[in-house]
Amino acid sequence: MTEQVPTADTVTPTGETLNVLHKRFKKAVRQDDRDGYDGILIDPARLVEVATAARDELGYDYLASATAVDYLGKGDHLEMVYHLCRTSGGPALVLKAQTPRENAELPSLTGVWSGADFQEREAWDLMGIRFTGHPNLKRILLWEGFDGHPLRKDWREAYYEADQKPFDSRWPDGHVRRAEQDNPYGKNVRYPDGFVLDEYQSTAEDALYADVALGLDVSADLATERVVVSMGPQHPSTHGVFRMIVTLDGERIEALEPVMGYLHRNHEKIGERNTFLQNMPYTDRLDYICSLSNNLGYALAVERLMSLGSRYEPPTYRAEAIRVLMAELTRIVNHMWAIGFLLNDLGAFFTPMMYAVTERELILDFFEATTGSRMMCNYMRFGGVAHDIPDRMRSEASLINDRVRDENTMEYLHKLINERLPRAIDQFDEYLTTSEIVTNRCIGVGVLSTADAIAASAAGPVLRASGVPYDVRRADPYSIYADLDFDVAVRYHGDVYDRYLIRLDEMRQSIRILKQVWPLLMDTGGQPFFAGRGGIYSPRVPAGESYGRVENPKGELGYYVVSDGGQNPRRYHVRAPSFINLTALEQMCKGHKVADVVAILGSIDIVLGETDR
Amino acid sequence: MTNNSDFLKELHDPELPVPDDMRSSVAVTNLDKLMSTVYNWGRRNSIWPMAFGLACCAIEMIATAASRYDQARFGMEVIRASPRQSDLMLVSGTVTKKMVVPIVRLYNQMPEPKYVLAMGACACGGGPFKDGYNVVGGIDKYIPVDVYVPGCPPTPQALLHGLIMLQKKIDGQSLSNRNSVPWYGRGPSDEATMPVLGPDIIDPRQAHILRRQAGATEQPSEPADTDA
Amino acid sequence: MYGSGVWRGLLVTLKHFVATYVDDIRWGFRRRNPAAFPVRQSLDGRGVFTVEYPEEKIAVPERFRFIPFLVVDNYDHPERAGHDWCTSCGICAKVCPPQCIWIVRGSDPDSGRPVPEPDAFYIDIDLCMNCGLCAEFCPFDAIKMDHDYELASYDRTSNHIYDKRRLSKEFRYWQSIAPTIAEQEASARGGWEHKDVLKQKAKDAKAVASEQAE
Repeated sequence: MTEQVPTADTVTPTGETLNVLHKRFKKAVRQDDRDGYDGILIDPARLVEVATAARDELGYDYLASATAVDYLGKGDHLEMVYHLCRTSGGPALVLKAQTPRENAELPSLTGVWSGADFQEREAWDLMGIRFTGHPNLKRILLWEGFDGHPLRKDWREAYYEADQKPFDSRWPDGHVRRAEQDNPYGKNVRYPDGFVLDEYQSTAEDALYADVALGLDVSADLATERVVVSMGPQHPSTHGVFRMIVTLDGERIEALEPVMGYLHRNHEKIGERNTFLQNMPYTDRLDYICSLSNNLGYALAVERLMSLGSRYEPPTYRAEAIRVLMAELTRIVNHMWAIGFLLNDLGAFFTPMMYAVTERELILDFFEATTGSRMMCNYMRFGGVAHDIPDRMRSEASLINDRVRDENTMEYLHKLINERLPRAIDQFDEYLTTSEIVTNRCIGVGVLSTADAIAASAAGPVLRASGVPYDVRRADPYSIYADLDFDVAVRYHGDVYDRYLIRLDEMRQSIRILKQVWPLLMDTGGQPFFAGRGGIYSPRVPAGESYGRVENPKGELGYYVVSDGGQNPRRYHVRAPSFINLTALEQMCKGHKVADVVAILGSIDIVLGETDR
Repeated sequence: MTNNSDFLKELHDPELPVPDDMRSSVAVTNLDKLMSTVYNWGRRNSIWPMAFGLACCAIEMIATAASRYDQARFGMEVIRASPRQSDLMLVSGTVTKKMVVPIVRLYNQMPEPKYVLAMGACACGGGPFKDGYNVVGGIDKYIPVDVYVPGCPPTPQALLHGLIMLQKKIDGQSLSNRNSVPWYGRGPSDEATMPVLGPDIIDPRQAHILRRQAGATEQPSEPADTDA
Repeated sequence: MYGSGVWRGLLVTLKHFVATYVDDIRWGFRRRNPAAFPVRQSLDGRGVFTVEYPEEKIAVPERFRFIPFLVVDNYDHPERAGHDWCTSCGICAKVCPPQCIWIVRGSDPDSGRPVPEPDAFYIDIDLCMNCGLCAEFCPFDAIKMDHDYELASYDRTSNHIYDKRRLSKEFRYWQSIAPTIAEQEASARGGWEHKDVLKQKAKDAKAVASEQAE
């Protein structure tokens, strides 16, 4: 990356850790010495012991990401990759465990970190690794009864055309065809051989209710009837197509199981067919409120890989300044949206939302003028950004009744940062923070303790509201954050109210950062916004792995990218904060009233595009 | 209707004679047209959409309902959470196989007359995610769609254009033509068929193809009939 | 005091309500005053923020991206009227993330050798994700992102695959929707014409010059 603060932490933690672990576990641990790889390979039999030692003795208390990679044709094994971090900061320690593709089985780490729960279920669902000791190993994104594990390299979808893009059928003899035309059903479906419809019984729905206890609760003095309620996927307060199976005793929540995958649109499988550049616009559609910071994380991951090779030029200073500007404006957009919707969920239906959206629209005007789109910005490139900030935000009339606007971009930004947004944030603070609608519904509701938040791999505002000052911008600085002056916002009660307050705090910190970035942009005006030669659509990405992480508004967003040295990634995994933050949802909701579920969910602030990918 | 003479022009049956000088104040029409015009005018100005966001496009849909674009100007601000109270389903985003089952169920629960607007490339025809294994390439494979709004995502103004197109469509519907508006006929109209989640999504309407395909794999001597 | 949250919230709404009328008076009670529009939609906007869509529309900025279109020479161009700028090099089809572009490379009917123009060009707008990579990487400035977003229709089977005829738009149109960008591109190319034409012109000029020198 760029010249960052040369702290001791930027040295990879593998070496020193390996020495410590080697003394105890001898041959069970060894260095991953493949080219471009880093980390420690662990004998699956001792995985739990090593993980426990890493957590308790080495201080790696936070499981950032756990994912599987299929090395078909390159060792023919499946590999589980764990990224561990210290909540006190520093780069990630990478642990890996391999298992054969047939009857893939690994010990579950849910006993060490509860945050491994959903990630292991995802690995089972999509890669087919069975985790022994996992309490609830069910499919998470697809449904029970689905045929196969789709992220395996030899699994092909119904509309399969080729292993990687670009497809040969598009040029030079590109006769247009819809994929439906080649499928016997005219649909995106494919059934296993020998599938007989008439004997088939769908298990998708039954499996959800299999473990739910129904009937009378005889343990209590007064026998009450348990009710099981399915909330969602169509529900005005689930922020999209999220579903929960809630077991109620009266109004009190006894158990809650999140059901997701209703927006599982195969981001990772498509990402592995795409070239590196082609993934950029797809990342926009992960957390579709914060497309620009998603871009940044992916650009970092691929740049980290590219820096392994020769002829790599890091992004220019101006490019980094523009990136930070975009990322922080995105944070404000997201938190405005989150607070507006939290109030929506609390019952202040749509009015606070209207004011939040107004501010968002004004930021979006700038995004649209600079990147070309309101939401799907597709703006970052490997080595910089796609365009410079325009001198003027001007429009031309092309449709009837078009009304044009023309403003100086930097002046617009200055006014936005110094006047409009601070005023809007203050207004939210003034009217909402002490409002009894907010205080009565939020204080003391959905408490997540510090220890639980760390164990459950919660990230972003959820983690920081529970008293953990962990922010990737400070813990593992990227871009120019190391040079910028800002505080990591922390709150200590871990309830819905603190998660609301921390978003206000973070918006104020973002304004503080933006005020520092604006002069940088003025100073670097006219300097290149892209390093190296432009116009390269298939950059050379050397073989290896990298994990690029950024502090997205919703938490740590990580991209784990494995390259073979070809045009497209072998593995492309997204560590989605919205997905992993949901691990702690049941814990937060237990014992509360059913109406609190929407408030708690609103305070976690999930986006389904990222949760389900 | 903003303009009086526009309304009269719409109401007027061109086959019936009216003196030229009275055109601006009088319209002669038949009962069906009178009923349809008045009825449609009421209906198209009070379309209640269902609160139903699927994916990225839902954010633009919310932006359309919010302060800047304000779809309340079209009488569409009453966003209902229940399908029983809504007239319009805005399919805003990627339809996955897991989600299409609830979507069809919700569609069947909506009272008639009901309309479907497919918003964005994904809902129209799969969009950039079309080749994904869990994606339905277009909601029109399961439920009928009235208006398609392309774009990824369509801007709020593009969505408003689509909603105006829907209003125009409602304007053109006649009470007596039961082919275009089957719900004015007697008895309930047909429900959309619910798909089933199997090893892949199963559309019961295609059971015969599935059986034939299964038969074809069991007896390889018989040539597979791939004609859908 | 209990209930203060409610009335304080209502106060914000009331403030906005009053501001709307104050703003209206300021612009002479003209709701759709074109001069008021840019102010109301800017950071100084205080009152009503609404754009009354079909009667007034926010013009999209120059970099706005919607479905791509193909640039052809103006239909009144003296030599190359309606000539494609596209040379069917296929870069757009290669970079397209959802692979929604299909190109049939043109070939000479007699010799069968490829010629620099497409025989057919299709974009499936049901796949297109409006990312703009095709326009960004086109070396000939031949594919551009359109600004026309009013594309809603009642049917997709017949009209959602755009062919070359539907996609082609005059160069003049591109100049009208994005004058600044068109000018930047022209100065990078060295003229308003297509890159190849300029190259040919430069070549001819050189030949003439060398002839004269002889």
